[in-house]
Amino acid sequence: MATVDVLPETAAVHWRRRVDAGQLRLRGRLWTLTMAAHVVPFAGAAMLLMWMQPLALPVALVLLAHAWIIPELYAQRGANVLRPPRRAGAGTQGAPAPAPAPEPERRSVGLLGDLVGHDARELHARTGLVLEPGRLGAWIVGEKGAVLLHGARRRRAYCYCVKVDPRRPAARDLPSGDRIAHLLLALRSDEPGFATVANLAFAGATWRLRRRLPTEMRPALKAALAASDTRSSTAR
Amino acid sequence: MSKLIRMDHTGHSTLAEWTPGDPAGVEAAVAAFRAELDRGYLAMISTGPGHAEHVRELPVEAELVIMRLPISGG
Repeated sequence: MATVDVLPETAAVHWRRRVDAGQLRLRGRLWTLTMAAHVVPFAGAAMLLMWMQPLALPVALVLLAHAWIIPELYAQRGANVLRPPRRAGAGTQGAPAPAPAPEPERRSVGLLGDLVGHDARELHARTGLVLEPGRLGAWIVGEKGAVLLHGARRRRAYCYCVKVDPRRPAARDLPSGDRIAHLLLALRSDEPGFATVANLAFAGATWRLRRRLPTEMRPALKAALAASDTRSSTAR
Repeated sequence: MSKLIRMDHTGHSTLAEWTPGDPAGVEAAVAAFRAELDRGYLAMISTGPGHAEHVRELPVEAELVIMRLPISGG
């Protein structure tokens, strides 16, 4: 049996360095640095303005609003990777994916259920997301993206945009369970390769991501945090 | 009984079923497997909880072989 250790899709992004724990930490720090570069000037200018002229309070408040909203926008971008794709009626190319019929949806969820354990099945029924423990951390897999909680203190969430290749016509009509199963199988076969192929949308605080997630999806994040805890305590 | 399935718009379709001792069944499964590879699908098998592998040839002994489409960064 000829098996392939490396995810074949990595060939399409051959210029990217393969993701590992060290690279994740580095990207996380760079992300924090970038956020600081966005926030500190606005917050600093607001304080300076207030010190120089207290009557400039409205302008200072606008600056502070900018300092607050920029990280929130990035967190929203991260949370969006877990939201299901917009489904409308059958559309033309570029339109939202058509809503899958109930029977294909049921079959796809059945197949996905066969791939995961009881707890993950139950979590998927509640949240539409699948929890998958990995070597890099705990993953939450959705239809068009995945979130990795990495690090011993699992404070940082890496939100990846990754989905079934939309250039394939067959990808358009896939039911939700199949979309998740595609990502799950790829993740299980080559975790670093999966993270290499995916595009990083956000790498920030888990609490910030949680606030931007729809309420019904938050139990998946909570379960992933608990899974990370288990891994950390087991590793010690 | 082993199965070759493809994830598609129906949820999934069974492309072939075989037993290792049935040469005709295996031959049909291999043909279906190669046809899907030619269409750009990738073949996966589960190798235990949380583990999966890509395969380039039909693993005759595997219980379930799943054909999937490639993924890409969004």
